[in-house]
Amino acid sequence: MATTAPARSRPRGGLDPARADVYRDWLRQMLLIRRFEEKAGEAYSLGKIGGFCHLYIGQEAVAVGSLAALGPDDYITCSYREHGHALARGITAQTVMAELFGKAAGSSKGKGGSMHLFDASLGFLGGHGIVGGHIPLATGMAFAAKYRGTEQVAVCYFGEAAVNNGAFHEALNMAALWKLPVIYLCENNRYGMGTALERASAIYDISERASSYDMANEVVDGQDVLIMYAAMERAVQRARGDKVPTLLEVRTYRFMGHSMSDPIHGHYRTKEEVEDQRKRDPISVWSQRLIAEGLTDEAAVKALDKAIIGEVNDAYQFADEAGDPEIEELFKDVYADS
Amino acid sequence: MAIVTYRDALNQALREEMQRDADVFLMGEEVGVYQGAYKVSRGLLDEFGPMRVVDTPITELGFAGVGVGAAMAGLRPVIEFMTWNFALLAIDQLVNSAAKMRYMSGGQVGVPAVFRGPGGSALQLASQHSQAFESYYAHIPGLKVVMPATPADAKGLLKSAIRDDDPIVFIEGEMLYNTKGEVPEGEHVVPLGLADVKRSGGDVTIVCHSKTVSLALKAADELAGEGIEAEVVDLRTVRPLDSETILSSVARTHRCVVAEEGWPFAGIGAQVVDTVQREVFDELDAPVFRVTGADVPMPYNKHLERAAKVDAGKIVAAVNQVLYRERDE
Ligand SMILES: Cc1ncc(C[n+]2csc(CCOP(=O)(O)OP(=O)(O)O)c2C)c(N)n1
Ligand SMILES: [Mg+2]
Repeated sequence: MATTAPARSRPRGGLDPARADVYRDWLRQMLLIRRFEEKAGEAYSLGKIGGFCHLYIGQEAVAVGSLAALGPDDYITCSYREHGHALARGITAQTVMAELFGKAAGSSKGKGGSMHLFDASLGFLGGHGIVGGHIPLATGMAFAAKYRGTEQVAVCYFGEAAVNNGAFHEALNMAALWKLPVIYLCENNRYGMGTALERASAIYDISERASSYDMANEVVDGQDVLIMYAAMERAVQRARGDKVPTLLEVRTYRFMGHSMSDPIHGHYRTKEEVEDQRKRDPISVWSQRLIAEGLTDEAAVKALDKAIIGEVNDAYQFADEAGDPEIEELFKDVYADS
Repeated sequence: MAIVTYRDALNQALREEMQRDADVFLMGEEVGVYQGAYKVSRGLLDEFGPMRVVDTPITELGFAGVGVGAAMAGLRPVIEFMTWNFALLAIDQLVNSAAKMRYMSGGQVGVPAVFRGPGGSALQLASQHSQAFESYYAHIPGLKVVMPATPADAKGLLKSAIRDDDPIVFIEGEMLYNTKGEVPEGEHVVPLGLADVKRSGGDVTIVCHSKTVSLALKAADELAGEGIEAEVVDLRTVRPLDSETILSSVARTHRCVVAEEGWPFAGIGAQVVDTVQREVFDELDAPVFRVTGADVPMPYNKHLERAAKVDAGKIVAAVNQVLYRERDE
């Protein structure tokens, strides 16, 4: 069974004190995602959010650490489990929450919902709902970067269940063949809905899939934001500098059910397993590290958390009070002139 | 005006649009070195190089998605499917990605891509290589479906499609590539969404598109010999449907036949019939008749294939039906 144990050794030595603000900001972002998702779960139970809603709790370090290594012009595409990526990229909690509530002030004017967050101005080109379907899209964005001779990189986030899908293989083959500046970031949280990786994949090390395409790959501990950042930096360097793609297999774990309709444990995983995984909560891993290195302290973390809870409550209130889209919106945005 | 084949008219459109706009590129199987499975892209690799004329592996879902992604990033891809039969492997990217992107992003992200290649019935290619899929794509809000019947329209419509900001399904007639016609040189643009009256007549309207246009014209010639003047309305763009041109014609002729190569169930003709009966019911002197491919997979055998396909004789028979003419066959 694949584990989330660190696949490469932890960087030696202490943290760079000159980057203390950056490190503290990573903690802030992870806490924001955590508190946002908790609030979203609450709002879902109250019927404020409809449809499917997939929470990111447990995986925060992946989005935060990896997005920190990107530049402002880079392209990002995600699966439907993308609230965290949207927040880490800089879409405001208000705008994301309003989209979850289906309000006109949401990032897609309330027409996309939880699974389809977009902000073109941030290069955030979607949450996508068809498993694997957005992997070729990111490949096309990387193709566009190469075509235009820009320095842009395209990143694609998807779950481990998507690697059994043809779109994944077709995209990786073309990216390697054409040397495209793309990073395929597989968030291996071990389950696709209720199907464990081992019940779906003939091989358990997803990074090995890259060898079919002679593609650079790494296994990354996704519960440690610094390790995630460092691996992503290497991948970005390969994409921007060497102009070649990378497959990152990031080992992580979702602490909640697949979606709001799925209990945390039950048929496909045990309570003990979840509790065991929770011991490597990415937020406590990082806050304890910062405290140990003297870059923050318990009181500061508490104060930060309190401020974030306030921000998330504001976002909730904003979304709750925001207006629905006008009924005329129904027929708008189908075509360029509609 | 020069006489040009349908194939070369498409080639002109591609070349001119690639010269005009550096964001336009062509991608697909065998489009470069091989010069196109149907030679539509002949000479383009030499002129524009491998970054703009991109040979792909046999990976329809993959390169269709690459086209959508490149379009989301602001390029204007022309994605060639060797035939629309193979595009079924990519239909997820057309339906779930290309068609939906603008809507689900709240208007932020469009997909200005053209997906093109041959479709419709071919000659003795049997069930998997001889079929018409326009109704699949025309069903989808967010897509436009364009199907030129003549060389001039092929050129003018492809140029419009490439300049359009929405995803376009551009289905060329597999049996039309060698047909010839006058094509204006240089800038010749046919707007999307406009049908064209290919022949005027007052007795019956024949609505058709792609390959069935030439069949309808042949049928009209035959009918003219019997004193019946048929008006032939070539849809050119299947979606958006130019209802106005159809309805104003039917309002004059009071009789209508719809011909298409596809299967009858939920076909394009069904949509035309719906529009006609709802909008000009009182003008109709007879029920609308449809002529379609037979409701079977395409057979290989020549005689069976002929029986399955639309031809001018079947259109004449349908016209006779709506005119209540008795004819001894
Ligand atoms: C093509 C396709 N098949 C099935 C589904 C239904 N579905 C949604 S999420 C999911 C599991 C995906 O798991 P994974 O890729 O590991 O991502 P995770 O949910 O773990 O983040 C499935 C089967 C879908 N959305 N798309
Ligand atoms: Mg998973």
